Amino acid sequence: MKRLLVLGAGTAGTMVANKLRPLLDEREWKITLVDQNETHYYQPGFLFLPFGGYKREELEKPKRRFVPAGVELMMAEIDLVEPESNVVKLTDGTELPYDYLIIATGTHPTPAETPGLGEDKWYESIFDFYTIDGAEALAEKFETWEGGKLVVNIIEMPIKCPVAPLEFVFLADAFFAERGMRDVVKIEYVTPLPGAFTKPVAAKYLGDMLDDRKISLESDFFLERVDTDDNKLVSYDEREVEYDLLVTIPVNMGAEYIGRSGLGDELRHVPVDKGNFLSTKHDNIFALGDAAALPTSKAGSVAHFAVDIFTENFMDHIHGRPMREEFDGHANCFIESGRGKGMLIDFNYDTEPLPGKYPLPGVGPFSLLQETEANHWGKLMFKWVYWNVLLEGRAMPIPALMSMAGKIREEVR
Amino acid sequence: MPVTTIAGADVTVDEEGFMTEYDEWSEDIATELASNIGIELGETHWQVIKFLREDYKEQGETPMLRRVSNVGGVSTKELFQLFPKKPAKKMSYVAGVPKPHGCV
Repeated sequence: MKRLLVLGAGTAGTMVANKLRPLLDEREWKITLVDQNETHYYQPGFLFLPFGGYKREELEKPKRRFVPAGVELMMAEIDLVEPESNVVKLTDGTELPYDYLIIATGTHPTPAETPGLGEDKWYESIFDFYTIDGAEALAEKFETWEGGKLVVNIIEMPIKCPVAPLEFVFLADAFFAERGMRDVVKIEYVTPLPGAFTKPVAAKYLGDMLDDRKISLESDFFLERVDTDDNKLVSYDEREVEYDLLVTIPVNMGAEYIGRSGLGDELRHVPVDKGNFLSTKHDNIFALGDAAALPTSKAGSVAHFAVDIFTENFMDHIHGRPMREEFDGHANCFIESGRGKGMLIDFNYDTEPLPGKYPLPGVGPFSLLQETEANHWGKLMFKWVYWNVLLEGRAMPIPALMSMAGKIREEVR
Repeated sequence: MPVTTIAGADVTVDEEGFMTEYDEWSEDIATELASNIGIELGETHWQVIKFLREDYKEQGETPMLRRVSNVGGVSTKELFQLFPKKPAKKMSYVAGVPKPHGCV
């Protein structure tokens, strides 16, 4: 009997278990999924929580519900991977031998990496919104906040869902306007990137949207520490930004066991071949989803497209055939822009987000890099799709690889 | 890709002026590239540049600031002093390696 071990029952791990179980003969292959938390969170929903958009209960479901029959689920903490002996050790002492290993334990905000975060002012004047606790604490803070300077700061790339911090400031602008207090709230977006976003065309569109909303942009700001006594951010080149309320996006790092096992880079993300997700060091280890060090967005949409490509490749790989499919880094993200509208971006390793229509060229119903109500509804509808279609590995009516059809090339000067 | 002359040698560069051919680089070229952006190279600059080139050759990608600090042994604070404002971009420009991925 062979064993496929999948570490992490989040978006990528759950999808891959669902996709592979019907393809691998149950008499030959045991599939084991290991995770340490019972609850699966709909992470894209965290963004709306501080603004009263969702409640905790609407964003959580038991992970077990999405684990298919014939897949063993173990609730345990992972201690170590020993790639030389093909064994995963759990903290309770259990040893799990494997033939193939898929690492899908994601990436996590790690405030302790930055002096001043996760300390005395945490959830008093400093918040994160990429965790359910942080998002909830911030919702409570906003209930009684009387205004002042709101600073949203990305500390270091890569982060998961890299557009969410922008969505956050767009939503904050709309939220405070609706409460009639936009004039007493200053919003500043502080980023290590040279502009609102990495890629030029999208950076221009998104930068204009910041201007329209009177949100100031501080770019090339590489945070060294947060001075919690004087309420200010201090960069490595000694620039300072003051805040009354800080919403931080802490450094994102992979799970600790990856570091201990020597499988990760500096941020404990696993280096893999960007076309097929095979570890650059071990021929029977793959990393999928946010856990992998790939030059594309860390996002559920990427994990979804990646798993489609991965499944076929994995079947080739275990039969000793060359892997024929090549992942292109395809990602698409709805960007909520506030006041009932949203944008959509669709891109890959080589093609930056461009304007146009998606998924049907010229038709849509979604518009790329344009604010429309349809995009907003698409974003809200996606929650249903996620729980009911995506996690269980059912077919989605959009191709895994990116298409240029419907996109318009544009030069930025 | 356009070809330009730097320190008397033909060098292939992209539209931003970043060198695209690893092997066309030389220390003289680095000195001139640095002076283009107002930097005079000292001992620690060279340590960073050499680390960038070696690491790029081994790993196939340009190291991020965190790696230059953890593995290359020059702290992020120093990197900002050596290559002011945009160290990641400036040091890769001088070392003749691609700009690090602006991770989307």
